[in-house]
Amino acid sequence: MATLITDPNLSAPDDFYESLIDMHRDLDDEASAKVNARLILLLANHVGDLDVLREAIRLAREGA
Amino acid sequence: MLATYTPPRFEYVRSRDQSAATPPHYPVIIVGAGPVGLAAAIDFSQHGVKTVLLDDDNTVSVGSRAVCHAKRTLEILDRLGCGEPVVERGISWNLGKVFFKDRLIYTFNLLADEGHRRPAFVNLQQYYFEEILLGRLRSLGHTDLRWMSKVVSVATEREGVKLGVETPDGPYALTCDWLLVADGARSPVRHMMGLESKGQVFRDRFLIADVVMKADFPTERWFWFDPPFHRNQSTLLHRQADNVWRIDFQLGWDRDPEEEKKPERVIPRIQAMLGDDREFELEWVSVYTFQCRRMDTFRYGRVLFAGDAAHQVSPFGARGANSGVQDVDNLVWKLALVLEGKAPERLLDTYSDERVGAADENILNSTRSTDFIAPKARVSRIFRDATLELAEKHPFARKLVNSGRLSVPATLRTSPLNTPDVPRDQFHGSMVPGAPAADAPITRDGIPGWFLDLIGNRFDGLLFAPSERFVAPDAADLAALAREAIPVRTLIVVPNGRGISVVPEGCEVVEDTVGWLDKRYDSRPGTFYLLRPDQHVAARWRRFEASSVRAAVQRATCGDLGRSDHVPLAAHAA
Repeated sequence: MATLITDPNLSAPDDFYESLIDMHRDLDDEASAKVNARLILLLANHVGDLDVLREAIRLAREGA
Repeated sequence: MLATYTPPRFEYVRSRDQSAATPPHYPVIIVGAGPVGLAAAIDFSQHGVKTVLLDDDNTVSVGSRAVCHAKRTLEILDRLGCGEPVVERGISWNLGKVFFKDRLIYTFNLLADEGHRRPAFVNLQQYYFEEILLGRLRSLGHTDLRWMSKVVSVATEREGVKLGVETPDGPYALTCDWLLVADGARSPVRHMMGLESKGQVFRDRFLIADVVMKADFPTERWFWFDPPFHRNQSTLLHRQADNVWRIDFQLGWDRDPEEEKKPERVIPRIQAMLGDDREFELEWVSVYTFQCRRMDTFRYGRVLFAGDAAHQVSPFGARGANSGVQDVDNLVWKLALVLEGKAPERLLDTYSDERVGAADENILNSTRSTDFIAPKARVSRIFRDATLELAEKHPFARKLVNSGRLSVPATLRTSPLNTPDVPRDQFHGSMVPGAPAADAPITRDGIPGWFLDLIGNRFDGLLFAPSERFVAPDAADLAALAREAIPVRTLIVVPNGRGISVVPEGCEVVEDTVGWLDKRYDSRPGTFYLLRPDQHVAARWRRFEASSVRAAVQRATCGDLGRSDHVPLAAHAA
């Protein structure tokens, strides 16, 4: 069974972060929230494995 | 103020040049006796080039300013003969801690592996740093250092530069073949020439305070995001020599910098951070605005720009003075070869190309750090805080936290001075053409030492020879290379405890004490590296061939065999 990777796995972390912040350029809060939602859905489909996704959901919820 | 340090006042001395009938002429004049100008004057002295160094003041840095000196800077200072006093006087550190709100979220180590002479960073106030460089400069005796000598006019001509200099005794004129401008971020000379340093100014300010106190904090870099004592902003703590601590407070854009500098505003901030009962004394305060900018090119004919005059970054990451010292490292050997007539002037274009590339890397890193530390939009702030929250438990998020990507030297990957690897040679690891050479412990004549101490100031060869048979057939060629107009002196690297019975003339044998050279340079028996005078890799092969080495030296000096069609690095970077 696949498990969620929480060790560093991004090939270029700073480039990714810059793109992520850039994605929101010139958007208002509601538009930003929608873009975030679409991004999560796209990535979730890419991950595919429900156990992994549920683990990510649990960890994300932990801090709330 | 400045309770721990009394700055020296250097005597203004009238120069004989001031009564000359016609302006005296020099090969090289340097403007600005800060870290960059001083390092350049030392480097020129070591190449036997006499310089005049002009400074409009008569003392060292006012305030601690550039505090964090990176490993590569220390290695360059070792080459310049003054690394040891900086390390001894300063405070070495490798660890950084990141705090979010009231919690430590993680610790990082900037020097992950061993076998390097120098630590990741040494913290030392800029005034001490400059005093040490001044001491070294004086001991070499090749530099005519003129205090209270302010450049007030610059006229560039095809074959040189004419300067007007103002002194307490009135004005005089000088001419030179080459002018090196290292007069700081505001660069009066740049303005006189009508040139600009262009880029981005961020709408945020930081307050820097030097505080004298007895504190038992460890020697680490501590960075707080949104701490309880300074809500919604960030704070940075660094230790310097003499129980002086540097504290940076992010202020935001709306604050009045003059107001915030007043002790009655600064002291309560520090009290809130330290707790009420700790005694401290405020030594120096300054406010700066974040900005990232550079000149289009660092060479304008006979005028060369270096350090903050040429490029400027926000200070998180220690990429200011450190990159200025690297500019010097890159420039001086090239200009020395041009002055000797051994390389064409266009070699100096590669100074600009290589260092513009490095400046862009520094600006990119500094801009990203600034965006993370001072997020502009609400959503950026949400992502930043989410990253920090996740970083406490999950290692992946630590890679995304950006409290300053601390200065590492640029690898000049796309430089036209590099000889590309032959694909079948199949090299691995980080010592690619353009990379600054990695250090390693070595043994020479039975005495332990460090690899980087043995190289630099000239072209060096590095031949990995586990036994005699990797040297003997090429002995005559190795000796011949050491006698060329631009000589290459080869270090023959043997395993620990081994030796070579007949050492070719002009070569030297070193033992790879722990095997770090072998590992870091991905060596095989017979592997040969060519290193530039600034210790960057110029070329490497699995098998030594004198003709290839000669061609690579030509290429690295824009010589006859090098390509003449010049491709600026910026074109590759786009």
